[in-house]
Amino acid sequence: MQAFFRKPKKFVTLTSKEQRVDVPVGLMTKCPKCKLIQYTKQLEANLKVCVCGYHHPLTATERFEQVFDAGTITYFDLPAVKADPLDFQDYPEKLKGDQVRTGLKEAIVCGVGQVNGYPLVACVMDARFRMGSMGAAVGAAIAEAIRYATKERLPVTIFSASGGARMQEGMVSLMQMAKSSLFLKQHSDAGLLYVSCMTHPTTGGVSASFAMLGDFNIAEPGALIGFAGRRIIEQTIREKLPEDFQTSEFLLQAGQLDDVVSRHDLKTYYTRILMMHSEGTNHATI
Amino acid sequence: MQPFDQPVIALREKILELHDMAETQGLDFKEELNLLEERLRRLELDIYGNMKAWNRVQLARHPERPTTLDYVRLICDDFIELHGDRHGYDDAAIVGGIAMLNGQAVTIIGHQRGKDTKENIRRNFGMPHPEGYRKALRLMQQAVKFNRPIITFIDTKGAYPGRAAEERGQSEAIAKNLFEMAGMPVPIISIVIGEGGSGGALGIGVCDQLLMLENSTYSVISPEGAAALLWKDASLAEKAAESMQITAPDLLRLGIADGIIPEVIGGAHLDVSLQADKVKSVLEQKLAQLTRLTPEQLIEKRTEKYHQIGT
Repeated sequence: MQAFFRKPKKFVTLTSKEQRVDVPVGLMTKCPKCKLIQYTKQLEANLKVCVCGYHHPLTATERFEQVFDAGTITYFDLPAVKADPLDFQDYPEKLKGDQVRTGLKEAIVCGVGQVNGYPLVACVMDARFRMGSMGAAVGAAIAEAIRYATKERLPVTIFSASGGARMQEGMVSLMQMAKSSLFLKQHSDAGLLYVSCMTHPTTGGVSASFAMLGDFNIAEPGALIGFAGRRIIEQTIREKLPEDFQTSEFLLQAGQLDDVVSRHDLKTYYTRILMMHSEGTNHATI
Repeated sequence: MQPFDQPVIALREKILELHDMAETQGLDFKEELNLLEERLRRLELDIYGNMKAWNRVQLARHPERPTTLDYVRLICDDFIELHGDRHGYDDAAIVGGIAMLNGQAVTIIGHQRGKDTKENIRRNFGMPHPEGYRKALRLMQQAVKFNRPIITFIDTKGAYPGRAAEERGQSEAIAKNLFEMAGMPVPIISIVIGEGGSGGALGIGVCDQLLMLENSTYSVISPEGAAALLWKDASLAEKAAESMQITAPDLLRLGIADGIIPEVIGGAHLDVSLQADKVKSVLEQKLAQLTRLTPEQLIEKRTEKYHQIGT
């Protein structure tokens, strides 16, 4: 009797898995904000900014290439650190997995180069690696890059993209906040310039240390920036937070940022700042 | 949940009862008492001598655990509390002021929990807003001006995770303190007396000497938070407490803490004035060592201390 009610299928339904094989991985990219699907090449030509204005995350090397003059970048080796200081369950495997997946050694790439001819030391975090979290390796990389900048009397910039401290390194990771801030202080005391550019996301221990310590604190549009997580705040204060809470634009309104700078204007912005801080431009007194 | 040291507490009560009985009724329980006291000593050694991280977490959170102001009252000869960030607010979750310690003026700053619900509400359970960190910075800069050592007491679950705190720059306030404390040319000693909760603790904790009470903890995230994030199960907090290495012996071994201040058997709350004496004697000793250094030597050693962590 049941067979009587069963309608024969007119169409074959493709499972989503089969659909996916049709498009080569990476050829198209979907915008999480406006849902537009476009050619990745086309998106990359527009600095990975969607037509709707959404700033897709950049890899560390993409960032270097967008900001620095071609052929001027020298990448630094990462300083040696204890890879798994707490001997934490499954952590070495997770690190290895991310290294294979991203081709990175850690969640940061540092180097020195030129921006329209102006020298600049840069630390660029990469959120694909352990959510950009900061452990001993990230802290040491930042510390050594800043020390190099201080020694060579160069300005420094850090592009943050981080979920905060790296849980699996416990207090060793928390202390990297103090370490990076300490070397920034010495860089600052030497009268040198530090520009902090916060990108999506900059939260927790990273926002509560080097990210907020720039002579200039700027951010990319729409980046999530904050100390505590939204869910924790909502649980604590027992109310729903506005949609734009903890975005770059929200923080600019709250007086926490110098400006929100679109990726299209970023290189020019850096050039102008570097020019204004270059030798011979500062003489309040003779 | 029963405290882990319930057997000790029960036995202690029993001994006291027997004492009372012996006195009021004039009976001789000497032999029994000796036996029980011997058993108590063995039990204490068994329970407190080999404490798990989770047990220390419980002691660090004990509602009667002495707070910053308890220590200040017992350690210092005089204390003038100073209020306010000078920008419109006084955060009661951080207290600070000038004190006399053995004839030396020092600046003291610390997180301050309440002892009861009413006080806890006033002090926001010891969880500071940005204004608390800015008040602390103001007092530390004052210490630098007058060349006074700085002593900070760390005792917080963390910086307050609230909407207003975010809007007014919780991140910036903490970051600024790390930055400025790194370069202060006076000795800074930080003592973790209870819970050291992440960035909210570190915000007054960049120092030359990090001391920890034997049963205090210092962690990047609470054990409950870590368990929820790593294993999606907050009930695994006990396991997280072990693997995160948050106790004083753990952090001494990791080269993060510089010394452990022994606690009264069973926890600091059992004899607050004895505990204060222990804190005071270590503090005096460390202060004497640090005040011998020049500002340049201090900064150099501080730089080296943080430079080596994790390498």
